[in-house]
Amino acid sequence: MGYERQADFGTPEVKSDEMVTLTIDGREVTVPAGTSVMRAAAEIGGDIPKLCATDNMQAFGSCRMCLVEIEGARGTPASCTTPVMPGMKVQTQTPRLEKLRRGVMELYISDHPLDCLTCSANNDCELQEQAANVGLRDVRYGYEGENHLGLTTDVSNPYFDFDPSKCIVCSRCVRACDEVQGTFALAIDGRGFASMVSAGQAEDNFLSSECVSCGACVQACPTATLQEKSVRAIGLPERSVVTTCAYCGVGCTFRAEMRGEQLVRMVPWKDGKANRGHSCVKGRFAYGYANHQDRILNPMIRESIDQPWREVSWEEALSYTANKLNEIKAKHGARALGGITSSRCTNEETFLVQKLVRAGFGSNNVDTCARVCHSPTGYGLKTTFGTSAGTQDFDSVMEADVIMVIGANPTDAHPVFGSRMKRRLRQGAKLIVIDPRRIDLVRSPHIQAQHHLPVQPGTNVAVLTSLAHVIVTEGLANEQFIRERCDWDEYQDWARFVSDEKHSPEFLEAVTRVPAQTVREAARLYATGGNGAIYYGLGVTEHSQGSSAVIAIANLAMVTGNIGRPGVGVNPLRGQNNVQGSCDMGSFPHELSGYRHISDEETRSLFENDWGVTLDKDPGLRINNMFDAAVDGSFRALYVQGEDIMQSDPNTQHVAAGLSAMELVIVHDLFLNETANYAHVFLPGSTFLEKDGTFTNAERRIQPVRQVMEPANGYADWEVTQLLANAMGLGWNYTHPSQIIDEIARLTPSFAGLNWERLNEIGSVQWPVNEQNPEGSPVMHVEGFASGKGKFVVTEYIPTDEKAGPRFPLLLTTGRILSQYNVGAQTRRTDNVVWHDQDLLEMHPSDAENRGLKTGDFAKLASRTGETTLRVLVTDRVAPGVVYTTFHHPGTQANVVTTDFSDWATNCPEYKVTAVQVTPSNGPTEWQRDYAEFTERSRRIAGTEMEPAE
Amino acid sequence: MSSTIETLRRMANDIARNLASMGEREAVLATADHIDKFWDPRMKQAIFADGRTGLSDIARGAIDHLASGAHPEPQTRATEFNAVNESGHSDAG
Repeated sequence: MGYERQADFGTPEVKSDEMVTLTIDGREVTVPAGTSVMRAAAEIGGDIPKLCATDNMQAFGSCRMCLVEIEGARGTPASCTTPVMPGMKVQTQTPRLEKLRRGVMELYISDHPLDCLTCSANNDCELQEQAANVGLRDVRYGYEGENHLGLTTDVSNPYFDFDPSKCIVCSRCVRACDEVQGTFALAIDGRGFASMVSAGQAEDNFLSSECVSCGACVQACPTATLQEKSVRAIGLPERSVVTTCAYCGVGCTFRAEMRGEQLVRMVPWKDGKANRGHSCVKGRFAYGYANHQDRILNPMIRESIDQPWREVSWEEALSYTANKLNEIKAKHGARALGGITSSRCTNEETFLVQKLVRAGFGSNNVDTCARVCHSPTGYGLKTTFGTSAGTQDFDSVMEADVIMVIGANPTDAHPVFGSRMKRRLRQGAKLIVIDPRRIDLVRSPHIQAQHHLPVQPGTNVAVLTSLAHVIVTEGLANEQFIRERCDWDEYQDWARFVSDEKHSPEFLEAVTRVPAQTVREAARLYATGGNGAIYYGLGVTEHSQGSSAVIAIANLAMVTGNIGRPGVGVNPLRGQNNVQGSCDMGSFPHELSGYRHISDEETRSLFENDWGVTLDKDPGLRINNMFDAAVDGSFRALYVQGEDIMQSDPNTQHVAAGLSAMELVIVHDLFLNETANYAHVFLPGSTFLEKDGTFTNAERRIQPVRQVMEPANGYADWEVTQLLANAMGLGWNYTHPSQIIDEIARLTPSFAGLNWERLNEIGSVQWPVNEQNPEGSPVMHVEGFASGKGKFVVTEYIPTDEKAGPRFPLLLTTGRILSQYNVGAQTRRTDNVVWHDQDLLEMHPSDAENRGLKTGDFAKLASRTGETTLRVLVTDRVAPGVVYTTFHHPGTQANVVTTDFSDWATNCPEYKVTAVQVTPSNGPTEWQRDYAEFTERSRRIAGTEMEPAE
Repeated sequence: MSSTIETLRRMANDIARNLASMGEREAVLATADHIDKFWDPRMKQAIFADGRTGLSDIARGAIDHLASGAHPEPQTRATEFNAVNESGHSDAG
């Protein structure tokens, strides 16, 4: 489509059962009670002039442009703040209104530069548009008087500029920061004529302020005051394509606004059901990696990893790879081959990779990064609810009364959802945070958690069971719900278990280090505070008892009846954009798409008939077991699409040993990542901007990904997988991902009703989408649990084997930061590095003082597994005895120190508990030095002067 | 770095002790069921051939059961999978 801004109705949509009919300019309109006159006019195509109003924030009534006349009413009220009334007769255009508006506009323009022709917002400026709309032809006041035209532009933010000389002080940016983002970084400083938008304190600029660069203010600005640098550099877009973000599991939809083949900006799409028109710094601005100079665009091969890479044609690369795969298969059997699907790639691409492994390689050795993040969610929720997906849509949080956040940091890792959660908290919902760190949600502007339970890493199950103890022993269980929805006998067994004194908060305080009274108060609040919703993340799953903790969470939701309606539920916050989808597509080694076990003959036959092959009937290897088998010599070839296992998987040296032992490692990615250091074939990947397909977000929402530009490497990822399959003789002939969707729908009951055309028509749909749920399923378990009765399961607390002691007295836990994403392959190649250019080690002041460390010092972080160095940040965000770092930078490689311990049920690594010692250091460890040298050697490309930095 | 067999013993013991609250007989079957449904054949063969050293009673019982050629029926919901035309279960990670 051609470029035009999204329609703006001026004030937010109102939901009400009561409808009101009124007349506007002689036309009758019926709208929900509470709707503004401005919005009612817009609903029938009217266009009342406005400057301070926009439909993603509450009416403000300051600009005086939207005045109307109402029969029988005095004066000229602002239509944005005037609600409709039955029988109301409104006139939006009269000589009196024209005069008033023109006068007001004249005042605005008298302090605004008249450089429209050279202004970067020319033709995309609401002020310019409204000046034209009100017929302003002259400014009588001149420019000799005091004005703001000489103010200098703040260019400190890497993505947008703030030019105060163009500001009309409409407060839209301030309100966007408050209402939409919830950061409260902006304010109107001064009074009257001196009023100015200010970021942070007087001495701050945008970069040094608390601004999180979500872009809401830029989106809200009606002038060129706050504008993307990319628009200033490139010019206005000429077309836009709606697509889905490829960062976290929220799955924001954006308009990719283009000029030719150049991406001008990503603007959050107001109709996006996951993000409702909001964005974060990553999705909004951090797309520069797509054209980064490090991107590899030509296939490369080498016989061994000590050789430089050799650029070759696609034909040579694919035939070399296929021959090697066939040779290894012939010599060592099909089970020596495997693949890893990517949660960053589309459903269709993921489906093809697992199909290639099962139908082409002939094994079930396929796994995905969900192994290392939310596999315990799968196990835990399936055990209790019968089906493992998150139970709610994101909108549900707006009906929650008590929000419990466990082991998740939504404002950093799922920021757009974090903002919605904060909005609900500002409306009065209560908050319980269970986390070893004092995350931002615990206390931030206008938000204060009622209870923060600073749990000792590794003791989640103990805390969750003690919460259940309080609920059951204090008679707070929802017996009616349990009798109707759950197995009563199993409940009684479980209730006896949790009621035991040894599960009381008082008894467990010594283990969890959470004051018993805090646990009791939190349990009472969750059980009695109305709609209780639990949101959790990897701080729950990445433990040796990750699955047990998920089960314990499900037990809490069932015992309090917080399942099956809006505002409640159990909500895993998925890490990557398509974790849910990659699992749905059959990426686990034991099951085919739709969660059907590989040993089931009927299921295998279905696929065998469709694919024309015979499938292995036994489960394949999980990622961590692939490395073991490689070291043992029984696993020899690996195809990795869009996943950097060398940096993201635990115990880096073990991963390196496994990769080194393989005969053939095929990396299919955008960049020469850490895994590629050990690879023999590099197949260039494509970005989400370069392909069609679908992602499925954390709320089970399947959303279209649409191609906005041609793949710089020549092929979308699904095409590369198909080329490899065909080089192996599989004879695939997909010409568009829609055909892969058809195959998925044909073979997978839960997607039976899905096709590309329908998805494009409806925008998105939450699975299951089939005959019973043709429109999808926003909330699950409404009438009852998907698979019969809810099942209470006993969760005995079993301490991890990873223990702190004299040699390693501290516990390390890891996580993400707002500006960076996972291994940082994308975000490190953007200007986001201004906020985070290295991983830091957070340490409590007392621990730092004991070691003679202060903020900025280099420190050695050592565990039983390995050691690395990084700089220290002294902070009381972490408790004494606990240290924390991120894993975004390969120079640090935080996973050098993490261990092989994993969740008992799923082998999700125990990233969140590593016993460590921290000591002063004056430089990199031997491992870091060796690895840096190895990386440099490994990334040589024969015949090129330029060697990519990474 | 642990050897593969040490890793497998640890995995089996971890499963066993987390299912132990079901009661010993049930836990043996559930552990066997879990390993049967989720482990690759080479992992199973390696632990069958290992002589049961370093295994807890429940884990040992489970490995013995599987080594005898048994394929237990699902013992927990986690090992109940959709039939070919079913869509109720999921275990998305």
